[in-house]
Amino acid sequence: MPGVQVRSENLEAITVDVPLTRGLGRAYGDAALPAPGDTRIAGSALADRILQFNPETGDMTAEAGLSLDELYRAFLPKGWFTPVTPGTRFVTLGGMVAADVHGKNHHVDGCFGRHVSAVRLRVADGRVLTCSRTEHAELFFATMGGMGLTGHILEVSFRLARVPSPWIYQEARRVPDIDTFLAALKESAAAWPMTMGWIDCLSKGSSMGRGVLFRGRWAERHEAPADFPALNAPIPVPFMFPDGLLNVHTASAFNALIYHQPQARAGVVHPRSFFYPLDVAADWHRGYGPRGFTQYQCVLPASGGHAAVRRFLEVVTGAGGASFLCVIKDCGPEGEGLLSFPRPGISIALDLAMGDDTQALIDRMNESVIAEGGRIYLAKDALTRPDHFRAMEPRLDRFLDIRRTWDPEGRIRSAQSVRLFGW
Amino acid sequence: MPLNVVILGGTKGIGRALARRLAARGDRVHLLGRDVEDLARCAADLQARMPTPSPVTFSVCDLERPETFAPAVSAAATELGGFDTFVVTAGLFATQPQLEADRAFTLRLLTVNFAHTILLCEHVRSYLLARSGGTLCVFSSVAGDRGRKPVILYGATKAGLTAYLEGLDHKFRAAGLRTICVKPGFVRTGMTEGLPEPPFAADPDQVATTVVRAIDRGTPVVYAPPIWALVMLVIRWLPRAAMRKVGF
Ligand SMILES: Cc1cc2nc3c(=O)[nH]c(=O)nc-3n(C[C@H](O)[C@H](O)[C@H](O)COP(=O)(O)OP(=O)(O)OC[C@H]3O[C@@H](n4cnc5c(N)ncnc54)[C@H](O)[C@@H]3O)c2cc1C
Ligand SMILES: NC(=O)c1ccc[n+]([C@@H]2O[C@H](COP(=O)([O-])OP(=O)(O)OC[C@H]3O[C@@H](n4cnc5c(N)ncnc54)[C@H](OP(=O)(O)O)[C@@H]3O)[C@@H](O)[C@H]2O)c1
Repeated sequence: MPGVQVRSENLEAITVDVPLTRGLGRAYGDAALPAPGDTRIAGSALADRILQFNPETGDMTAEAGLSLDELYRAFLPKGWFTPVTPGTRFVTLGGMVAADVHGKNHHVDGCFGRHVSAVRLRVADGRVLTCSRTEHAELFFATMGGMGLTGHILEVSFRLARVPSPWIYQEARRVPDIDTFLAALKESAAAWPMTMGWIDCLSKGSSMGRGVLFRGRWAERHEAPADFPALNAPIPVPFMFPDGLLNVHTASAFNALIYHQPQARAGVVHPRSFFYPLDVAADWHRGYGPRGFTQYQCVLPASGGHAAVRRFLEVVTGAGGASFLCVIKDCGPEGEGLLSFPRPGISIALDLAMGDDTQALIDRMNESVIAEGGRIYLAKDALTRPDHFRAMEPRLDRFLDIRRTWDPEGRIRSAQSVRLFGW
Repeated sequence: MPLNVVILGGTKGIGRALARRLAARGDRVHLLGRDVEDLARCAADLQARMPTPSPVTFSVCDLERPETFAPAVSAAATELGGFDTFVVTAGLFATQPQLEADRAFTLRLLTVNFAHTILLCEHVRSYLLARSGGTLCVFSSVAGDRGRKPVILYGATKAGLTAYLEGLDHKFRAAGLRTICVKPGFVRTGMTEGLPEPPFAADPDQVATTVVRAIDRGTPVVYAPPIWALVMLVIRWLPRAAMRKVGF
C-alpha cells in the first residue's frame, strides 16, 4: 500500500490530522487508499472493543475497528448475529457503515445503515460528534455509504438480530438462463429472507445467465444440529477452481457444477459456507495471474426489467472470458445513506482479471449502466471515470455540498475521492 | 471450576486477546492498568463477552509506580473474593536503535520490564503462597533467550525475567505456586506496529489460545506460537562467531 497506515487501540488519538481511516482493507478499489501525496492514514483494526451490549434488545455500541469475524465468534454462540453481512467477515464496523454494506437479505432488511442508530465521528476540524437520525442527521446520512469522506468513524451503535440457531437452512438449485433466474429471484424474495445467485459468465446465447440460485434462512432449532458450527471447520465451497488456477479451461468446473450436481439441493449448512464461501479460499484470486484482479458491481433499476439485465450481460459475456463468474442479487428499497449503493433492481457483481483491456471493458459496462439508469458500487471500484460516475449519481452534488460544509479545506480524502471528485 | 484471574496488561494487544478468551469461557477477570477510563471500557468489552454477563472489575496498577502494587493486589483479591491466577502481559518495547538514542526511555524500559515487574511478582508470590498456591503467568519473550543485536536492551530485561521465573518455579512449585513463563515470538500488536514482519508472525488470539492451554496445564515455559521453541533452539546453539556475523 502506498503511504503508511498507523494503527493503535486508541483510534481517537490516531485520527487527529490524518486524511482517512481504513478498516481491514476489504474494499476492492482505491476507497481505502491514501490520495496521491498523502503519506499517513489511520487504521482502525486494533480499536475493537464492545462498549455496551444490551442482551434484552441486542443494542450494541462498539469501536469502529471491531470485525465481523470477532463479532461472529463472540456473539453467534449467544444467538445473535449482525443484521446485515457482506460476503466476507473480515470487515470492520466502520467499513460496513462507510460502504453501507448489503447482503443476501437486502430485499428484506436493507443495508447495514438501516440498523445503525448512531456513530461517533471525528470531523475534519478535529471535533468529535455524535451523529444520528436526530443529531446532525444530514452528516449521519452522508456518512452512511460516504466511503469515509465525512470523517473518521470512531464508534458505531447498531442492533444485532436474534437468530433461532447458528445454522442455515439452504436451498441451491440450478437455473438454465437469465429469464428463469430473474423470475426465480423474484419468486424467492417473497418467501425467503436471503437469496442470491451465481452466474456463469462464459455462457452466451440461449444459456446466457445460467447458474445456481441460493436461498436460505436461519435454521429453526429443531432442524439444526445441537452443536455450534465449528469455528475451524473446513468449509466446502460450492465449487472451487483446481489449485486456484483460473482460466477458460478450469471454468469448466462451473459446468461440472451445473451438469453433475443434482437439479436442486436442500439442507442445513454451516453459516460460513453460506455467507463467506470466498473467505475459505483467501488466495483464490491468485489464479488470476500476476496482475491480479478487480471487482465491478452495478445495480440496474427494476424499471428496465429483464431486458436491461440481458443487455448488460451481453456486454459482459461479449468480453470473452474477462470474467468467469458473477453474483446476482435483487435489491430492495433504497436506503437512507446519501450515496448508498443499492436501489430496487438487480445487482450484478463480477471479478475481472486485470489486463490491458480492463479499463475499456469497465468503460463499456459503465456506459451500459448509465443507459439503463443504474449505478456502481464505490467499494468495488478502481477504474470508473469521473464523468461516468457523475452521470450515474444525481445524488452526488448533495453529498459534495455536505462534504464541503463540514470540510471546506478538503482535508479528508482518499485515492478514490481524488480520482472521482477531484478532491 | 472457573478461574479467578487478575490481568495486568489486558487493555491492549495479547493481554486484551487473552482476557477475552478467559471471559468468553466464563472465567472471572479483574483488570489492572494505569488508566481508569480505559480500564472501564475494557471491562465493558469483557462483560459483553461473558456467557452470562456479570460486572468485570478493575483497579489501578502502574508498573512505573511501585507504590500501587500492594493496593492493586489487595483490591483485586477483594473484588474477586480471592484470586488463583495472576497474569502480567504489561511491558514496554522500543527498537534497539531507538533505545540507543534515548537513555531516559532505556531506564524506563529496564525498570518497568525487569525491576518493577519482578517486584510486583514478589507481591503476588506472597499472596498466592499464603493461600496455598495458584498460577503466576508472566510474559517474557524469545528475545530473552539469547543476547542478540536487534534486541540487546529489551532482550536483557526479558532474560532477567525468564531467569527469575525459572527460579520461582524451582523453589515454589512444590508449595503450589505454578509459574508460567510465556515467550512469544513476533506478534502483530501495537507494540510491533510498523516493524517489518519476520517469518512465523502471529496474531494475538493465536498466542492467547496457547497461553490459556498453558494456564490450564501449568506448563512452566511456553513458546507462542510453539514453532518458536524450535527456532530458539537453533539460535541458542549458534556459535558466538556466527552470532557476531548474522543480523538477528
Ligand atoms: C470477498 C468479499 C466479498 C464482499 N462482499 C460484499 C457484499 O456482499 N456486500 C457489500 O456491500 N460489500 C461486499 N464487499 C465489500 C466490503 O464489504 C466493503 O468494502 C467494506 O467497506 C470493507 O470493510 P473494511 O473494514 O475492510 O473497510 P476498508 O476496505 O478498509 O475501507 C472501505 C471504506 O470504508 C472507509 N472506512 C473504513 N473504516 C472507516 C472508519 N472507521 N471511519 C471512516 N471511514 C472508514 C474507508 O475509508 C474506505 O472508504 C466484499 C468484499 C470482499 C473482499
Ligand atoms: N508483540 C510482540 O511481538 C511480543 C513479542 C514478544 C514478547 N512480547 C511481550 O508480550 C507482552 C504483551 O505485548 P503486547 O504486544 O500485547 O504489547 P502492547 O500491545 O504494547 O500492550 C502492552 C500492555 O502493557 C501495558 N503497560 C505498558 N506500560 C505499563 C505500565 N507502566 N503500567 C501498567 N501497564 C502498562 C499497556 O497498558 P496501556 O493500555 O495503559 O498502555 C498494555 O496493556 C509484553 O510483555 C511484551 O514484551 C510481545
